[in-house]
Amino acid sequence: PFYLFSFQQRIEIHKLRQGDNLILGFSIGGGIDQDPAQNPFSEDKTDKGIYVTRVTEGGPAEVAGLQIGDKIMQVNGWDMTMVTHDQARKRLTKRNEEVVRLLVTRQSLQKAVQQSMMS
Amino acid sequence: MSAAMDTESTYSGYSHYSGHSKKAHRQGRDRHKSPRSKDGSRSEKSVTIQTPPAEPLLGNDASRAEEGQDDNWGETTTAITGTSEHSISQEDIARISKDLEDSVGLDCKRYLGLTVAAVLGLLVFLTPIAFILLPQILWRDDLEPCGTVCEGLFISVAFKLLILLIGTWALFFRQPKADIPRVFVFRALLLVLIFLFVFSYWLFYGVRILDSKDTNYQGIVQYAVSLVDALLFIHYLAIVLLELRQLQPMFTVKVVRSTDGESRYYSLGHLSIQRAALVVLENYYRDFTVYNPALLTASKSRAAKHMAGLKVYNVDGPGNNASGQSRAMIAAAARRRDSSHNELYYEEADHERRVKKRRARLVVAVEEAFTHIKRLQAEEQQKAPGEMMDPREAAQAIFPSMARALQKYLRTTRQQQYHSMESILQHLSFCITNNMTPKAFLERYLNPGPTLQYDRDRWFSKQWTLVSEEAVTSGLQDGIVFVLKCLDFSLVVNVKKIPFIKLSEEFIDPKSHKFVLRLQSETSV
Repeated sequence: PFYLFSFQQRIEIHKLRQGDNLILGFSIGGGIDQDPAQNPFSEDKTDKGIYVTRVTEGGPAEVAGLQIGDKIMQVNGWDMTMVTHDQARKRLTKRNEEVVRLLVTRQSLQKAVQQSMMS
Repeated sequence: MSAAMDTESTYSGYSHYSGHSKKAHRQGRDRHKSPRSKDGSRSEKSVTIQTPPAEPLLGNDASRAEEGQDDNWGETTTAITGTSEHSISQEDIARISKDLEDSVGLDCKRYLGLTVAAVLGLLVFLTPIAFILLPQILWRDDLEPCGTVCEGLFISVAFKLLILLIGTWALFFRQPKADIPRVFVFRALLLVLIFLFVFSYWLFYGVRILDSKDTNYQGIVQYAVSLVDALLFIHYLAIVLLELRQLQPMFTVKVVRSTDGESRYYSLGHLSIQRAALVVLENYYRDFTVYNPALLTASKSRAAKHMAGLKVYNVDGPGNNASGQSRAMIAAAARRRDSSHNELYYEEADHERRVKKRRARLVVAVEEAFTHIKRLQAEEQQKAPGEMMDPREAAQAIFPSMARALQKYLRTTRQQQYHSMESILQHLSFCITNNMTPKAFLERYLNPGPTLQYDRDRWFSKQWTLVSEEAVTSGLQDGIVFVLKCLDFSLVVNVKKIPFIKLSEEFIDPKSHKFVLRLQSETSV
């Protein structure tokens, strides 16, 4: 049988400089000012958290191990579960930060056998 | 106050007899109607049955070939309606003999009721006048003089009597539309009330005024005025009881025809069952499509095939287990795989296609025929007097080109006995006169219309019987079912009460309509 888990992961992304901007290489969706029912990645459709909606190939986020559908819980210690979309964007794109450390929650299917073997 | 005492007989709305029009009859399929009788709006159903007349056709040779075999448009369906034709002719005789018996009794009872009501009405009307005049006649010299006041009272009595007369004429002097089985309860009650009322007034008058020869003439006149006032109030009561109370709809009735399931809904107020039946029948003639026995033969033949499929043999012994046999038959029929549904499906699809094709041909033929006719304006009428035709001749001129297509279409939809050639020609000239388009002309033939549209011979439904478990003078209640039967089919009527509606209000401030955007934006970082 398969179980649906969510486990947390810490991801460190080193921003890439492109011209005048520092980019991370992914897109976010969600926020307390957005409509949570339209979020395709959330399990609970009232969840207004920030989710990763796209990860550009070969970008810093992909290299760091960020996956599409991850929910971002913290950025550099700042909470991201109750922020607006714009606030989230701002926290990720601070000009003086080259590294962002994210705490993300990911859901995955694991086999029960594997789980019992691991624990 | 006529039409009050209604008689006990079956509802035969359109078969009112008068004695002088009965002729010897022979068995046959046609019946010829005589023109209207003297007593007004009832047409007679006379008993003459003639052989199909050979009508002179148009002078057009082309049409003769087509119409030759179709002298009577109604005569081509013997093969299809075999059984019903036989039963009709037998039932005709039963119907006719029953009518013969009923007609004599019917007239007497109805006229008796009418005369009683008329006599009572006249008596009531003349009573105030009698009250005023009798003292003058009998003891004129002893009466106190009573100048202006009495004259004023005379004028008021005169006008009130006039108003009462007009009101009674408006309300009660109507042609009876129908014969119903039982007396109208409210009308009977009102008549009894009026009778008692007038009787008590006369009693009082006789004892206190005539016997004692009262000399106070003003008092007598005022007594007469009070009678007239009271009569006006009774008239008001009559309006409320007989007319107003049943206007507000309280029940919805569903009427289903037993042969083909056609159904309609009507709204009725507080009526007795017999009056509700009357309303339903009046609407039946207008709303339901005409009953066509030719359309039922398909399902009858299917039913016959189902029954003929299985036979039961009792192998085990002499025991006669009838119910066991029938159960075994039904079980076997259910288990057997028959493909009659397949047959039905393909037959219906085929029929649809055929009807549509014939309809298309008909429409084209009629449109083409109509293009040959052109209306002459007034100026043109003087210029070419030779070729002018009146509508009838114009119709006869263009009829042959569409006759065949029309005849085929009517045959396919099994309506041909409802339209004779004469009626089609009449309709055509009517349409030409009124500048109707081909589509308007065809409207009558493309779909079967209500019963009223057709000739009375084809109605199959003139004598009705009300079958009901409750008394027919009792009022409508929720859940009552009654049946209106005529010889060939019946109408099942189901009464339902209109539900009690709870309506509450809610106020919405126009300023309270506010909206917000719901987005799901995606930002790349």
